Amino acid sequence: MYLRNALCAAMALTLAAGGAAQAESITIATVNNGDMIRMQGLTEDFTAKTGHTVEWVTLEENVLRQRVTTDISTNGGQFDIMTIGMYETPIWGKNGWLVPLDDLSADYDVADILPAMSGGLSYEGTLYAAPFYGESSMVMYRTDLMEKAGLSMPEAPTWEFIREAAAAMTDRDNDINGICLRGKAGWGEGGAFITAMSNSFGARWFDESWKPTFDSEAWANTLNFYKGMMDESGPAGYATNGFNENLSLFQQGKCGMWIDATVAASFVTNPNDSTVADSVGFALAPDNGLGKRSNWLWAWALAIPAGTQKEAAAKEFIEWATSKSYIELVAAKEGWANVPPGARTSLYENPDYLAVPFAKMTLESILSADPNNPTVDPVPYVGIQFAAIPEFAGIATDVSQEFSAAYAGQQTVEEALEKAQAIATDAMEAAGY
Amino acid sequence: MARAVTSRRKTINTALAWGVGLIIFFPILWTILTSFKTEGDAIAYPPKFLFFDWTLENYSVVQERSDYMRYLWNSVIIAGGSTLLGIIIAVPAAWSMAFVPSKRTKDILMWMLSTKMLPAVGVLYPIYLMFIKLGLLDTRIGLVIVLMLINLPIIVWMLYTYFKEIPGEILEAARMDGATLKEEILHVLTPMAVPGIASTILLNVILAWNEAFWTLNLTAAKAGPLTAFIASYSSPEGLFYAKLSAASTMAIAPILILGWFSQKQLVRGLTFGAVK
Repeated sequence: MYLRNALCAAMALTLAAGGAAQAESITIATVNNGDMIRMQGLTEDFTAKTGHTVEWVTLEENVLRQRVTTDISTNGGQFDIMTIGMYETPIWGKNGWLVPLDDLSADYDVADILPAMSGGLSYEGTLYAAPFYGESSMVMYRTDLMEKAGLSMPEAPTWEFIREAAAAMTDRDNDINGICLRGKAGWGEGGAFITAMSNSFGARWFDESWKPTFDSEAWANTLNFYKGMMDESGPAGYATNGFNENLSLFQQGKCGMWIDATVAASFVTNPNDSTVADSVGFALAPDNGLGKRSNWLWAWALAIPAGTQKEAAAKEFIEWATSKSYIELVAAKEGWANVPPGARTSLYENPDYLAVPFAKMTLESILSADPNNPTVDPVPYVGIQFAAIPEFAGIATDVSQEFSAAYAGQQTVEEALEKAQAIATDAMEAAGY
Repeated sequence: MARAVTSRRKTINTALAWGVGLIIFFPILWTILTSFKTEGDAIAYPPKFLFFDWTLENYSVVQERSDYMRYLWNSVIIAGGSTLLGIIIAVPAAWSMAFVPSKRTKDILMWMLSTKMLPAVGVLYPIYLMFIKLGLLDTRIGLVIVLMLINLPIIVWMLYTYFKEIPGEILEAARMDGATLKEEILHVLTPMAVPGIASTILLNVILAWNEAFWTLNLTAAKAGPLTAFIASYSSPEGLFYAKLSAASTMAIAPILILGWFSQKQLVRGLTFGAVK
């Protein structure tokens, strides 16, 4: 009897210890945006299902990049999950810094991830980060102003049409700018926009032998067109405008058109924040008839740094946060317009979601972006608004500063391109390309 | 006549001082005002100064989303701890430099100050690696040590300047009366230098409270102070200026109140010895 009781007690203790060992506390580094904050608010659902608790470290995008790069490159072990993008994932995957996500459960349905997203978040065919949400870029325009200008926006406009429409919609007396675009220095701000735009003009960052090509006619055409159109129809001080500044202008009814991230669609159509919510239309990003559009592709994705002691719990969280059931959870609590977009094919087969005004154009924009073949002429790199090599962020930041100086009239476009060529050539040679 | 000119000059000086003060304070005032606006009013153009729909919603959202008290407590420990540790080290160092100078004292002081000229990011990786080895990442003690070290040159310099103003003869007299070195520093020098030490402490607390490079780079979920709290509300993709302003107001409020109540002491210390 005594022995049986002792055995029962030992078994109970073992089970309790096992249970305690399974429940982990994981630390996640993430960015501050609407979708991520929403996820933080719903973490209780994950804890209820798995027993694991979550500690969040929320940082501004650029601070987060620096913070997680320092940690992962030194094997600091401060985070069990990191929020990273399409730029970092293939580079870090190649370096062996991330845990491959090649054993996710059958219920998770990896095949449902949009191919453009899984392609951009993989290295040599292995997925290293699961997309939480994805975005491309598209034209958002004021339907009332377009009508007033006597024009009709095609579903797939050209740059020439955009320039004409911008001029027609501009009304300086009423402080309405025909078009608002990013001009702010920074590889993820104005640098991302002009790189994506240059693809549609036939430009590229590097040729097949990794030589910078800012001395090409295609780059001169891109910058001259951009500056000409913005000087003519853009807002004052556009050289320092980024996403937030343009969002603010558009929401206050001061932009006829805005070409930017597809996630902005939910902001500009939200009547609580936008004064023009009921008169916004959408179109694909413009092209020049060369076979490439000027839209980009990006995803904020969740990845597990190699060396974490809590890999199993981290995988459970990733499966929860990027699953179909998470999307349904958000839809049930906050409506279909607020679900994280651009990650799963099944979302775009859901009639409830397709009723959201920008859903169709977001999907078409994402599907039309090909990070493996981003340019008219062949290139040795992957990425649309970036080249997925470690040196790119530094080079592109410097180059975008030269471009912004040209937009502001501090130097000519030719001078900016000459400097960009010199900056990129020096950096690439120093890096051994 | 002379009195009229003096009076006019005084009025002009006062007006100028108020003008400069308002210009310096305006960004803080604007942040506080924005924290009571809706996100729509926060970005309105032309800007709304006072006539907007005042709301406390941003504060309730920030309270709901973040554990403010944890960040505040971390800030108190880190700023207070680094200052206390710095003073304990700097008082004897400044005493020796002020009263027992050697041929190299000036060089040592300049060398200490020159360490402030190195950009912090230049030593991020070495310090990060040391912290990994020592298990100090995301700990308050780690930040106390780092912030003490980066502010130590300023503390030593300030104390050295104050100590130089104290006549060495008083310390000599204490020695002749049989005071030991410890008694000389603790019971003679320190009481005489209280205004200087107090202003050094206050300035160092403010510097440590506002430090954002190391506190963001060496912390994660546990030891983050109020700078990390503010950083979590900054976003390049989404307009959250009103919430960011509410978080900023909550972060600066304690140090603003401390500065307000101790301003006389601070000014007295900063001008200590300036006029003879």
